[in-house]
Amino acid sequence: MDMNRRQFFKVCGVGLGASSMAALGMAPPAAYAESIRHFKLTNTRETRNTCPYCSVGCGLILYSQGSGGKNVAQDIIHIEGDADHPVNRGTLCPKGAGLLDFVHSPNRLKYPEVREAGSNEWKRISWDDALDRIAKLVKDDRDANFIEKNDQGQIVNRWLSTGFLAASASSNEAGYITHKVVRSLGILAFDNQARV
Amino acid sequence: MTNHWSDIKNADLVLIMGGNAAEAHPCGFKWVTEAKAHNKARLVVVDPRFTRSASVADFYAPIRTGTDIAFLGGLINYLLENDKIQHEYVRNYTDVSFIVKEGFGFEDGLFNGYDADKRAYTDKGTWGYELDEQGYAKVDPTLQHPRCVFQLLKKHYSRYTPDVVSNICGTPQAAMLRVWETIAETAAPGKAMTIMYALGWTQHSVGSQMIRTGAMVQLLLGNIGMPGGGMNALRGHSNIQGLTDLGLLSNLLPGYLTVPMEGEQDYAAYIAKRTAKPIRPGQLSYWQNYEKFHVSLMKAWYGKNATAENDWGFHWLPKLDIPGYDVLKYFDMMYQGQVNGYFCQGFNPIASFPNKAKVAAALAKLKFLVVMDPLATETSEFWRNAGEYNDVDTASIQTTVFRLPTTCFAEEDGSLVNSGRWLQWHWKAAEPPGEARTDVAIMGGLFHRLRRMYREQGGANADALLNIDWPYLRQDEPSPEEIAREFNGKALADVTDPATGAVLAKAGEQLAGFAQLRADGSTASGCWIFSGSWTQAGNQMARRDNADPYGMGQTLGWAWSWPANRRILYNRASADVSGRPWDPEKKRLVWWNGKAWTGTDVPDFKVDSAPDEGMNPFIMNPEGVARLFAVDKMNEGPFPEHYEPFETPIGRNPMHPDNPKATSNPAARVFKNDMELFGTAEDFPYAATTYRLTEHFHFWTKHCRLNAITQPEQFVEIGEALAKELGITAGERVKVSSNRGYIKAVAVVTKRIKPLTVDGKTVHQVGIPLHWGFSGVARNGYLTNTLTPFVGDANTQTPEFKSFLVNVEKA
Repeated sequence: MDMNRRQFFKVCGVGLGASSMAALGMAPPAAYAESIRHFKLTNTRETRNTCPYCSVGCGLILYSQGSGGKNVAQDIIHIEGDADHPVNRGTLCPKGAGLLDFVHSPNRLKYPEVREAGSNEWKRISWDDALDRIAKLVKDDRDANFIEKNDQGQIVNRWLSTGFLAASASSNEAGYITHKVVRSLGILAFDNQARV
Repeated sequence: MTNHWSDIKNADLVLIMGGNAAEAHPCGFKWVTEAKAHNKARLVVVDPRFTRSASVADFYAPIRTGTDIAFLGGLINYLLENDKIQHEYVRNYTDVSFIVKEGFGFEDGLFNGYDADKRAYTDKGTWGYELDEQGYAKVDPTLQHPRCVFQLLKKHYSRYTPDVVSNICGTPQAAMLRVWETIAETAAPGKAMTIMYALGWTQHSVGSQMIRTGAMVQLLLGNIGMPGGGMNALRGHSNIQGLTDLGLLSNLLPGYLTVPMEGEQDYAAYIAKRTAKPIRPGQLSYWQNYEKFHVSLMKAWYGKNATAENDWGFHWLPKLDIPGYDVLKYFDMMYQGQVNGYFCQGFNPIASFPNKAKVAAALAKLKFLVVMDPLATETSEFWRNAGEYNDVDTASIQTTVFRLPTTCFAEEDGSLVNSGRWLQWHWKAAEPPGEARTDVAIMGGLFHRLRRMYREQGGANADALLNIDWPYLRQDEPSPEEIAREFNGKALADVTDPATGAVLAKAGEQLAGFAQLRADGSTASGCWIFSGSWTQAGNQMARRDNADPYGMGQTLGWAWSWPANRRILYNRASADVSGRPWDPEKKRLVWWNGKAWTGTDVPDFKVDSAPDEGMNPFIMNPEGVARLFAVDKMNEGPFPEHYEPFETPIGRNPMHPDNPKATSNPAARVFKNDMELFGTAEDFPYAATTYRLTEHFHFWTKHCRLNAITQPEQFVEIGEALAKELGITAGERVKVSSNRGYIKAVAVVTKRIKPLTVDGKTVHQVGIPLHWGFSGVARNGYLTNTLTPFVGDANTQTPEFKSFLVNVEKA
């Protein structure tokens, strides 16, 4: 087998568990060994997840590269149906089959931004700036327009001049904490995608 | 869904109507295939278009969009006329024998109590049962009383003859009758039909009543509670079931508890009104436990600050002055300049709400808009001039817009509730791009700041914020595990069994389920129906045992289903009065074993109530039985009636041709100026409907390269006959306009949509897929909701996206 020592260990270390790698023992010529592409999936981490699109709730396996170390960012390279899932049994539909392109869409938002009144552009801002400014707008509007009592003197504690539209694919945990916050502010203009 | 996806395999017949599961829910639809292959099931599809669901159906019948109540009302008449009902089930498990109050009536398309000026039934006093001195509903087991529900039902639907129905729906009579005959076969005890529907039923001005008519059919056939049966709403998104369960709607609190109205100033009266006592002897009426759920919620939200003395913080909750500030109502307020701030969390309203021009104009009147989303949505850029697709004057729009990047599913831990009510936990696989954060972190960060400001500066009703219990390890970012444990609930003091005194849960322990909730402040649970999802035994939502020991497809060890890990709701009704399954071989779900209820599913019943005690299966209703007569629960009447879409291609309601008040839903709310924007058939002669394609998901996947490749460009579907009439050839660009705007798209000329004969006229239907917009990696297109009317269902206010009028011409 005409390969150097480092290449040999690399191939064996990565590939022994993979069935087609066993063919290596047949001692292919050097040029062939050089051209072997290692199976990407052999070095990935599998993470169980569910599809975020429709309501079937298909099980997914997300494959990511990276050591899994605390300071290492994993990179998702492949998504497939979870064969153990009792509903989808490993299958995905044309939407779910394209999920990797959702995760890596060029239109994913990366930074907080603001479009100022009348402006024609986005301006990148920090999280602290964004949340501080929003919190101030919320407090000013709430304090100015909060209704503690109605015309009959009944306690109503509502705030109608700001509304909140919750999501369709956010988790229960996000939904629950959103509800806890929104109601404590007195917001009644509150809906999620189920309304439409 | 009353049932769930895998359970569809137990069906003998599948009716897909008001949905298109093969394309919109493909991996769920495989269970229809499974039922056909292994249970000899048949599939019937009724739809305006010959969809891919129809293409694999045993039988397909076309229908005019918006006329499903007529079709199903005719079916009810057919079942009653031909005695095709599941007698023992109907007699014992529904309200057919209940006697309705004197004075209830229906005339010329309107029920009694209507106020035309208010467009509402202001007096529903007679829409109820006659009660005896003890407060129990009077019944006539012989079903002969002229005011018993059975007789009223029979009378109401006797008008829906095959001629009348075919004339309204445009469905050829032979096809219609064949569908009705096939469905009627499942009246046999032990036979089950499942109904699979989706937005094709909800998105009408009579959507709730369409679904109700379907449910009534299922009750008459004895199909509710049955494996392979049920009313199965195929929800459109991955967690709108969960977000609804958690009460993220104007008038709801978690677990279908309700926000008080402003007249409800007295806590005890608020509770009493929601604590329905049984109105038949021996019934459970489970909502009698309302206060336990409510107090436990307030303890979860307000912790030690919620006490018996302050009515558990009742007045910190906002009170409603109208039934709800739903999105149509609120965007109308915004349009009128009454709204300053708005948050959009993973929601794209300019694309998803009707009459884009009005929605965009409304957003332009905001002082600030906050968008949280993984993707660059159209809503976040409503101010950007995108040429013909979004022709706005940017400089004049004074709204400050914040756009906050969020994680997507792959980058966070948490749970979603699928259509079958399964709470499934998912795990984070990677970091989000750039600086994106979870919605939890954003809400936590915002709330943390607000609390600091209110603590330091004071402000309006600061107590409601400052008294919130926020026990999380990180104040600015609670963990999903902490939150999930909170909505499950825990014991605040030892919880004991009232009968034996035995300790069921020690103080501090996670609760095993909602039966352990108490109204005395000794338990906290943020969402009672989710109680049981994270117990002392850990995270039940993360369970992965897919074993199916009985072969019934219930997989009780996979994830966790609300309520109480029960997979099929009302499953007590799958057994006869004596507690024996209607079909003990193939439909074995729950049964009475002599001492207790047991089965292949978790029984939906009081587990120790012997059949001879007479408790009935519909334990959430004070009647104990299911309602064919909706009493006062529906805004347009106790029985569904056919009304035309607000934009009707025939201009009148053939059921009530001489009463213009009864042309369209008389109780639907229409705002000033929106009524004027409805078009008529003279200018817009074609009935249009919007829908999804199998390659795309809403407005998301146009941001995904693979999906953009498979369906790159906006198109509309028109039938061959209409194309010929208009001289349009396949592939040409056409302009489709309504009275609110227009879109331009490629014409797909198809055999899948055929003209129908309705009320003596030929009606053409136009199909409009909804996936394009002015951002994404697919080709830009027009937002479809440029065309749709700003009116909703009279109960839910869900917009009428599925039936409106357009004109089509060469572009």
